[in-house]
Amino acid sequence: MAEYLIKNGFVFDPAQKIKGDVADVAIKDGKIVKSVEKPKVIDAKGMTVMAGALEVHAHVAGPKVNIGRIFRPEDKLFTYRPTEKNHRMEGGFSIPTTYKTGYAYARLGYTTVMEAAMPPLFARHVHEEMRDTPIIDEGAYPVFGNNWFVLEYLKNKELENVAAYIAWLLRVTKGFAIKVVNPGGTEAWGWGLNCLQVKDPVPYFDITPEEIITGLIEANEYLGLPHSMHIHGNNLGNPGNYTTTLDTLKLAAGHKAKNKFGREQVMHHTHIQFHSYGGTKWADFESKARPIVDYVNKHKNITIDVGFVTLDETTTMTADGPFEHHLTELNHLKWANADVELETAAGVVPYIYSPDIFVSGIQWAVGLEIALLSKDPMRCYITTDHPNAGPFTRYPRIIKWLMSQKAREEQIKAFKANDKVVNASEIASIDRELNLYEIAQMTRAGPAKCLGLASMYGGLKPGQDADVAVYDFNPDKEHKPMEIEEAFSEVKYLFKTGVPIIMDHKFVSEGRKRTLWVDAKVNENPQVVRDVKEKFLKYYTVTEKNYEVVGKHFIPNPYAIEVDATH
Amino acid sequence: MAKIQLNLISGRTIQQGVAIEGGKEKPAYREACGIIELDGEDFKKLGIYRNSNVRVTSPYGTVVVKAVDATQGPHPGLGWIPMGPWANSITNPNTYSTGMPTFKGVPVEVEPAPNEPVLLGIELVQKACRAEG
Amino acid sequence: MTKTVTDVICPFCGTLCDDIEVVLSDDGKKILEVMNACAIGNEKFHHSQAADRPKRPRMQQPDGSYKEVSYDEAIEYTAQMFVKAKKPLMYGWSSTNCEAQSVGHEIGELCGAVVDNTATVCHGPSLIAIQDVGIPSCTLGEIKNRADRIIYWGCNPAHAHPRHMSRYSIFPRGFFTGKGQQSRKVIVVDPRPTDTSNMADYYYQVEQGRDYELLQAFRTALHGHWLPDMVAGIPKEKIYEGAEVMKSGRFGIIFFGMGVTQTLSKNHNIDAAIMLTKDLNEFSKFSIMPMRGHYNVTGSGEVLGWQFGFAYGVDLSRGFARYNPGETTSNDLLRRGEVDAVFVIASDPGAHFPISSVKKIAKLPSVAVDPHFTPTTEICKLHVPVAFVGIECGGNAYRMDNVPIDTRKVVDPPEGMLTDEQFLEKVLHRVKEIKGAA
Repeated sequence: MAEYLIKNGFVFDPAQKIKGDVADVAIKDGKIVKSVEKPKVIDAKGMTVMAGALEVHAHVAGPKVNIGRIFRPEDKLFTYRPTEKNHRMEGGFSIPTTYKTGYAYARLGYTTVMEAAMPPLFARHVHEEMRDTPIIDEGAYPVFGNNWFVLEYLKNKELENVAAYIAWLLRVTKGFAIKVVNPGGTEAWGWGLNCLQVKDPVPYFDITPEEIITGLIEANEYLGLPHSMHIHGNNLGNPGNYTTTLDTLKLAAGHKAKNKFGREQVMHHTHIQFHSYGGTKWADFESKARPIVDYVNKHKNITIDVGFVTLDETTTMTADGPFEHHLTELNHLKWANADVELETAAGVVPYIYSPDIFVSGIQWAVGLEIALLSKDPMRCYITTDHPNAGPFTRYPRIIKWLMSQKAREEQIKAFKANDKVVNASEIASIDRELNLYEIAQMTRAGPAKCLGLASMYGGLKPGQDADVAVYDFNPDKEHKPMEIEEAFSEVKYLFKTGVPIIMDHKFVSEGRKRTLWVDAKVNENPQVVRDVKEKFLKYYTVTEKNYEVVGKHFIPNPYAIEVDATH
Repeated sequence: MAKIQLNLISGRTIQQGVAIEGGKEKPAYREACGIIELDGEDFKKLGIYRNSNVRVTSPYGTVVVKAVDATQGPHPGLGWIPMGPWANSITNPNTYSTGMPTFKGVPVEVEPAPNEPVLLGIELVQKACRAEG
Repeated sequence: MTKTVTDVICPFCGTLCDDIEVVLSDDGKKILEVMNACAIGNEKFHHSQAADRPKRPRMQQPDGSYKEVSYDEAIEYTAQMFVKAKKPLMYGWSSTNCEAQSVGHEIGELCGAVVDNTATVCHGPSLIAIQDVGIPSCTLGEIKNRADRIIYWGCNPAHAHPRHMSRYSIFPRGFFTGKGQQSRKVIVVDPRPTDTSNMADYYYQVEQGRDYELLQAFRTALHGHWLPDMVAGIPKEKIYEGAEVMKSGRFGIIFFGMGVTQTLSKNHNIDAAIMLTKDLNEFSKFSIMPMRGHYNVTGSGEVLGWQFGFAYGVDLSRGFARYNPGETTSNDLLRRGEVDAVFVIASDPGAHFPISSVKKIAKLPSVAVDPHFTPTTEICKLHVPVAFVGIECGGNAYRMDNVPIDTRKVVDPPEGMLTDEQFLEKVLHRVKEIKGAA
């Protein structure tokens, strides 16, 4: 493999505590190395050099994403880019085609992406889409929070069985982590009901969301998985829901991470912006970012991602089925629902976050407040819960808002009801401006550590994968807010595992993307084997033999992370 | 001879399904799909025996099929030709900008055709295409 | 010793049964027996072994007869046809696997083709309606485990999806439906009494073509509003009664078919049916599902969806994807003479398109890829027989509820025969060669 040397850039690498020093980055055989002999040299003078970024939570592949694509032809309008050399045609705004997903992440400097919710029965679909998403390494989180096996085992406090079942499911679906969406509430949605609070009983199964959350934290640490339990809590999107969120976060108390991957958290609470609302109804809706961030700041065993509202027309989609029904009743736009036998559900509804609507403005403020009040950028990550709060292609705009108070002021001024937004939030009084080192923590080192992948990704230490992004941005110069957004919209150079992908803004290769999954070994468990057999015989509509994802046509280039959880 | 007006629909039957998998070049395909199912009342109006050939004509074309007793009825005034080239020789091809031809609800005229043969499926389509030559 | 292959997936209809057992001869070459399949599936497995099936490509001669040619000649003809055409139509895709579809799409992208599948004459109007008003739906197991109200509207599964009722809807005993059929109420709406309506507790013989009125009448009745004495041939008392049956269930489902998509109001019928479902969610839990016909028409829509953003009628001729039913759909393109070559795979427009469209195909450079002799293969310039997906090779397929199931290879294809995917790969390779040279 060729050698490369990225010379004289301003390097930001929290993995090595490098804060913008001028340095060289050497690449050989797919890895970062100390030095190279006969490299091709990339002149990065006056530019910003970072590791490839990681996405911890985005809906980019699978059944509900594709429902979104298919039922929103309008999302393609004015977005299409034709076929070019090294480049299939690409289109779509909030729900881009798989090709665009790969190219667009690469253009932003992202090299690893996690699909946030994989319904196990649809694992093949998720993998087919990931196969057709070029360049980026991907993994997918199967959903567990409403799975009948999990509910039954946890009700009977059978930790070993639930862990064995999780290990089995990760293996047959080629999944990466334990995802929990509206625990219990989505099962209740099977009957058109919901669980809004952590103590609301799940119909028939006679278990509560808090028991599900606690049980899955315990199972995750019993297995020692790379990532922690990854939760979308109950009561998403409703005024006054911050108390439910605090109740959820408190369930992490007393649990300690046990794993060999350097991960410290036991709970990752995703898109916490949607869970940090005060008020009793839409009319008195207000930000409660502060109490949430205060709690997270004090508890090192919790990480969060934000879910910034980007003020766009977008497409909401979640395994939180009852929420999407609630949303369609609110905005009266078209509604898709997809309940999945024994496992989960999903809903999809288009949504317009209009700067003319004060609730959207407050949601925008909540997201920024969370990031700006957060004391540890290693535990707070940039996401839009793509495409729920906005498309991931808006990350450069978010970076602009985080790095420039002036940019925020301009946006506040542009709100139709800016006084209402200012009164219901504290965004106007925050003068913090994040620096590039903190941005690198929130998009590289932090997510890599949270996912248990810090040895491979998120840094530029010799031995790490050579995922490198070079932005045409000189941190020593003064910048207008718009220049920040423009610079981070398109890398000048991108390497993925040592392969040049983008050179001087042009795609030169699609690389060799990998699919990450977790292979957890557990003790033989005849009880779980028997239960699986029985559920397939009686309740599933596919046979057990036809459930497992096998074959190159789904996963051409797998990368298994092995975990030994035999006790 | 008598002529009657009917509303025509088409669709799948299990015999049609078996026949298309068994080979559309075979006579069994004609037995399954080269037919029109008529209600007893309509047979009376037409004055023909069961299992005799009729000519079915719509504004869009004409085809000879065998008239048989309705297997799923009664449905007086409604004719049924299983999905296939016989039905599609006379169906309404207009999509009205939806992409979908109007396969169901075609006004047709049915008349006895005792001396005309029902063509095999492939024969029927080839003949229609070559006639245009 | 004979050998039994279990958990085989039936490659016929959108029910995509995956519990078929196939008994093979000692040498594993002959299918002796097929168990669990319906009459149609059974016939498909057995006929795949017919001695008289075509095994090599056949080229039409000036006198209309066909002469056997090699696969290489077939690949060359197909590739040249694609490269020369300004706007070729690539139609079908519904009886092959997703891998083949994917390769085909790449050819389409390179050659500026229109890619359309059988939804165009099947559930295309449903997709239009879904784009208008969405679709609350679920997997078939949800119905098996929870549903106590089953509605079949304008479809006849007893004939078209023979195992649908026993596997998923009326008869199975599921987790919350231990009493099976006894725990369910069944409503059937059809202009003809059918073998499906014989199973119904409530049968509505709607006037043909008046489904829209009846659907809207049910929506009206749900809220107890005024109705005229008769709607679509149904007395209002029966409509109020039906609305009450729907509302009083715990979990309901509307299955619908060609009876509503192929009558005049088309997508508007489905709009109304989906809105009825949405309204029912104010009272109970309700879902709706199209009864997809071909076993992988759903998959074709899915793959087109994630690759281009549209589920059928995808026009790539301008170098980017466009979709506009009525303009980019097969029958409209053919009738208006807007395509200059036709590539058909895994479907039979010769039998299932209006004859006026078929006549247009016969006049153009044309290729039909199909394991059988069909009216299409006998009017196209070239017929390329291939292996049967789901019998002679595997590959992914999507059930009517979008659940992906990987089909299984049971026996080898006759010696030297290509699969859809292999043939398309070779054509793609040749197209790239020609384009590179040009």
